[in-house]
Amino acid sequence: MTDEKRSIPPTEELARTTEGAAAAAHHAYGDLESVEQPEPPARGPGRLPRLLGPLLLPGLALVSAFLVGAIVIIASDERVINMFGTDPLGALGMGISTTFAAYGALLRGAIGDPVQIGQAIVDLDLNALHRSLNPISETILSSTPLVLTGLAVALAFRSGLFNIGAEGQLQVGALVAVLVGFGITGVPWFIHLPLALIGGAIGGALWGFIPGLLKARTGAHEVITTIMLNFIAFRLVDYTLRTPLYQRPGRADQISKIVEPSATLPQFIDHPLLRAHWGIVVALIAAVVVSWLLFRSTRGFEFRAVGLNASAARYAGMSIARTIVLSMMAAGALAGLAGAAVVLGTTRTMNVGLASGAGFDGIAIALLGRARPAGVVAAAFLIGGLRAGATPMQAATGIPIHLVVVLQALVIMFIAAPALVRAIYRIRTERQTGAEAFAKGWGA
Amino acid sequence: MKLELRGITKRFPGVVANRDVSLVVQPGEILGLLGENGAGKTTLMNILYGLYRPDEGEILLDDKAVRFSGPAGAIAAGIGMVHQHFMLVPVFTVTENVMLGVESTKGPLLQLDTAAARRRVVEISERHGLHVNPDAYVQDLPVGVRQRVEIIKTLYRQSKVLILDEPTAVLTPQETEELFVIMRSLVEGGTSIIFITHKLNEVLEVADRIAVLRRGEVVGTVVPAEADKEKLAEMMVGRPVQLTVDKDPPRPAEPVLEISSLNIRDDRGHPAVRDLDLVVHRGEIVAIAGVQGNGQTELAEAITGLRQLESGSIRVLGEDVRPNPRAVYRAGVAHVPEDRLEEGLVPGFNVAENMALNNYWQPPIGRGMRLDRDVMARRAQEQVGEFDVRTPSVFNDIANLSGGNQQKVIVAREFSREINLLVAVQPTRGLDVGSIEYIHKRIVEKRDAGAAVLIVSTELEEIVALGDRIAVMFQGRIVGILSPQEATFARLGLLMGGAHPEDERAAEQALAAASAGADA
Amino acid sequence: MSAETATAGGRTMTASERTLQRRQRILGTVYLLAATVIVIYFALPIDGATQSRLVLNLPPVTFAIPDLVLPSAGTLYFMALVAAFAGAIQLTRGFGARWALVLGLVATAFVFAFLVWVAAGQSMSLTGLLQTSVQRAVPIVFGALSGILCERAGVINIAIEGMLLSGAFVGAVVASITGDVGIGVLGAVLVGGLLGALLAVLAIRYMVDQIVAGFVINILVIGLTGFLATRVLQQNQQLNTPPRLTIAPIPLLSDIPILGPILFRQNIFVYALFILVIVIFVGLFYTRWGLRVRAVGEHPKAADTAGINVYFVRYRNVIMGGLVAGLGGAYFTIGSGVGFEREMTAGRGFIGLAAMIFGGWNPLGAAGAGLIFGFADAIQARTSILGIPIPSELLGSLPYIVTIIVVAGLVGRARAPAADGQPYKKE
Repeated sequence: MTDEKRSIPPTEELARTTEGAAAAAHHAYGDLESVEQPEPPARGPGRLPRLLGPLLLPGLALVSAFLVGAIVIIASDERVINMFGTDPLGALGMGISTTFAAYGALLRGAIGDPVQIGQAIVDLDLNALHRSLNPISETILSSTPLVLTGLAVALAFRSGLFNIGAEGQLQVGALVAVLVGFGITGVPWFIHLPLALIGGAIGGALWGFIPGLLKARTGAHEVITTIMLNFIAFRLVDYTLRTPLYQRPGRADQISKIVEPSATLPQFIDHPLLRAHWGIVVALIAAVVVSWLLFRSTRGFEFRAVGLNASAARYAGMSIARTIVLSMMAAGALAGLAGAAVVLGTTRTMNVGLASGAGFDGIAIALLGRARPAGVVAAAFLIGGLRAGATPMQAATGIPIHLVVVLQALVIMFIAAPALVRAIYRIRTERQTGAEAFAKGWGA
Repeated sequence: MKLELRGITKRFPGVVANRDVSLVVQPGEILGLLGENGAGKTTLMNILYGLYRPDEGEILLDDKAVRFSGPAGAIAAGIGMVHQHFMLVPVFTVTENVMLGVESTKGPLLQLDTAAARRRVVEISERHGLHVNPDAYVQDLPVGVRQRVEIIKTLYRQSKVLILDEPTAVLTPQETEELFVIMRSLVEGGTSIIFITHKLNEVLEVADRIAVLRRGEVVGTVVPAEADKEKLAEMMVGRPVQLTVDKDPPRPAEPVLEISSLNIRDDRGHPAVRDLDLVVHRGEIVAIAGVQGNGQTELAEAITGLRQLESGSIRVLGEDVRPNPRAVYRAGVAHVPEDRLEEGLVPGFNVAENMALNNYWQPPIGRGMRLDRDVMARRAQEQVGEFDVRTPSVFNDIANLSGGNQQKVIVAREFSREINLLVAVQPTRGLDVGSIEYIHKRIVEKRDAGAAVLIVSTELEEIVALGDRIAVMFQGRIVGILSPQEATFARLGLLMGGAHPEDERAAEQALAAASAGADA
Repeated sequence: MSAETATAGGRTMTASERTLQRRQRILGTVYLLAATVIVIYFALPIDGATQSRLVLNLPPVTFAIPDLVLPSAGTLYFMALVAAFAGAIQLTRGFGARWALVLGLVATAFVFAFLVWVAAGQSMSLTGLLQTSVQRAVPIVFGALSGILCERAGVINIAIEGMLLSGAFVGAVVASITGDVGIGVLGAVLVGGLLGALLAVLAIRYMVDQIVAGFVINILVIGLTGFLATRVLQQNQQLNTPPRLTIAPIPLLSDIPILGPILFRQNIFVYALFILVIVIFVGLFYTRWGLRVRAVGEHPKAADTAGINVYFVRYRNVIMGGLVAGLGGAYFTIGSGVGFEREMTAGRGFIGLAAMIFGGWNPLGAAGAGLIFGFADAIQARTSILGIPIPSELLGSLPYIVTIIVVAGLVGRARAPAADGQPYKKE
């Protein structure tokens, strides 16, 4: 076989470029369905019990991230720095205690204080119970859009596409959902609500269709087009929220009309401190649907084949172009659904900066969850918990909520580089992992 | 320069590629290194060239032990290598490729002195009869010329030991003879050559000594005069090998594949197939010979629905072939593609999923949107058993299988039904002898079961062994169709190189003269 | 299979001819559409007597040249005519090999028509607009250069955005602390290089997917700078007031009419950028360094067997790319005399990547592309001043829309280095 570099026609170019992400997901993390080769005994300081194996690396990644986060907290604390000159040990001690306070507040902000909860149950104090369950409720609330955006990115990953556009798709989905939400009146909820949700999905699907079509027809790399469409979506939201159609009468700021009650996602418990709503159920159902789609449907078979080896997929008669477009539309629909869930359940109105960052978090979640629906759900709750706990943490200790962003980035970094974690903790196996991922070029 | 390898051992996870290999190459000698695919030849040479580090053993040049930290070290020590897959940057010119790594520079900023390098390239090219255009872009060059560039690269670096890794895979028999002439002239100048191949007749013709590698070990060193093809083959494989394929005479029936006035453009818009006519009947094997790059790939792609036609027609059982692989499948056409890992299989899918690549969309596996995984697994299980695919389970990732077993998966997938036409491109490339025998046997079986078979291959032995009729493609046309009796290597080589049948006599004489001259 | 399509003339067409014809049709229609837009939307609403005044002098001037005063309607109709003419020819005969040139011509005509329309009945400083375009282009071109350095060696750098942001942050803080612009810039450059090293280690040593690695660095930087900006800078404003970098006009050259103010009345960052573009261009295509880099990016195995250390080349280039991006980041704060604000790079890193692709991975091409993006950005910034009756959000989307069009239209033609994005595995 000779090494001729031929320039290739669009469909074959597509074949070459769509292998990136799904191959990343697969090669880095392994397909649990396949039987793995028997592993030779590991050298180095610890042969770890078989059971811990798959959980070890993510666990260590988390630990490492929190450790680095601690360093960031301590190093940026003015008091610690001031004290360091005179009393280094004391400074260190204070730094450590600050860190513990911060993480503790974070944790309590995410899942609540077990003592408080127990006490409230024992005392049969309903008010106290509501208050103590607030963190968990907030976590569920935060996680709702994250499950969906994580699915959005993960689904695209599986087809070899990097969907950075979940953020924009979410916004457009929210725009459509909120329009259906306040634009239609006098319709019972079992028609209005699904209609609004579907509207959100359609809006997101449209915003995913554009980069999908561009990639399929012209080879334009979806990383750039989706990022650009994100920016355009933000401007679009800016604009539409000032139009008479959308803008709430009597307000000069950019906020939309309020969604009709018949289109809202009701809360589980009608209490201002327990805002978790049925959106999470929608999200979980979506996770099940995506799982079925990927692994038990012919369409999903095609998605995965194109993602792993688009060339062979083409040889098998699959239409790569159609797969790309469908995959991006489905991903967009999921992200749009996220926007709908937020706008119909959490805020009941739309404003600039709605669910800001949920789309990007989706990327992190898809990576953490190894592009598998179950993993995505777990990762979404992890990140959702972090996000929910950030504000109470800032309130309690003054540590800015951006710490959570830093932690998130660190977790992803460590998860995405298992070899790095292994090197740090000196876990060695004789089996070669090989290249972790194959990002292909820009489509040329 | 005398080159010696002593006790070289190299291990990779799960396999010992080279075990205690010891070889000597005297100055001015051509050593043939023979072994089947997977025997460890390339690994050994990569060690010699500094790309790998041996786990045990040493390399001695002129009886002094040397250690290379990389190709730069090997090059500096005078070792040059022409790789099986060319190491040329397609978008660079010949001159740029030749000087890469040993650039001529001028000025404080190390600006490239392309003119000086170009002069040297021209000088070397003329001195050794390796004609090449120094300003041409490599991607525009045909394969034979690229090989010349590779050889010029080694001469540019004044290599004293030259390693040629399967150089004749891309050459016609005539070009191979020319290569041998160049090799002999280099050797007369004192260069030593290690000539790696799996082709028995070539190594018998040109080597001074032959070392046979099997499963990573040297099983023996012979002198050509004392060996013949059968003996070498037996050393290579470890058991007596049948060098021909047992098959009954063909019983062609009605035409299945009818191609007329076919024109196809390649990916860059140039004509790849020109005005081609061909008919393949039920019960016969038509083998298409030709150097890679003469349109065979495009032809096969068009027949299997993967490429658009420019003009003309392809009909299977009277129906036009549309560029839709699924329609082609429904028409009863099976396709074994050229590159099993790139085109035929999805690494990351398991064996069962790969088995279903061509029919997952059909019942019983695919019903509407649903994918019945149990049926898929059961089917795969049956096929694995019938086609003797070695894998611990059908849920094993296809990437874990050996090349031969991967090809068997493709064969199982395509052969497990009644087919009207089989199109197989390079069906046994890179496989061990056992797998090759097996696949050839199944192909003949399919023919006898009533399929029309079209084989495309660059291995002349395979062509001649399998083909009931042998067609030769050159520059997009079929330049001749021969019977197996007529298809001598000489004649095939002529056609593959584009010579006209009238030149045959003259060319045959020239061929004889060249071989005679070499033996003198 | 028969693949024949009959044309009106009865001759059958081949598949490739059909593709060509389709492209011709699309372009021709677009040109005609452009002409129609000019006529209906720009020209018709304008009173025949209106004039557009395009001011070409940017004070202070040594050689004053007269303003360009054009009859608005007339000029617009002329531009429309040019576009229509081009469209007609494109649809019938086509332009053959020169079609790209004609595309550029029609695009320029349309843009010029737009400017004339905007300036109708008032005066607009064309030179000022172009000068701003150059300024807006600076971070984009820095980003593109960084991308070129990395991708020519085969490593995709998505982290340019983060590198720019970190350069902006560190530059501002260090310059504020030391009061010295030079040291601030040095700090910015170093932090960019540090991030480049991180990307290199992740992508080359640990073979993390390059896009993932770049993305991780981006959010890491966004998070860290946001965190530190809130935690430290808000309370300590003195850490966030970098000294202003003054405009340094080059004597003589800056007096050239039109070109002078645009190119030679800028601050040192712009001049550094000019030099960098040329240096990298010459380096890549005329030196030994460049040959080896390009070999590594196109065919790392060939480079390896030629004795080149592929890993070293990639590490080095990615770090260089980081240094360049860090420098570009400093422009946001030090170069503009403002303090650091969270996420102030607003996607310029990604637009830089688009400029790199648009420019064919060539420093000169990237500079040109960056200028075009800068121009779009500059127009958007002047919406209210110029009274352009288009919603500012739409104009604000302009750079991004242009990016998409560019990436969609041209990626097919421009070739990335063949081994771009593929980790190199040595056994």
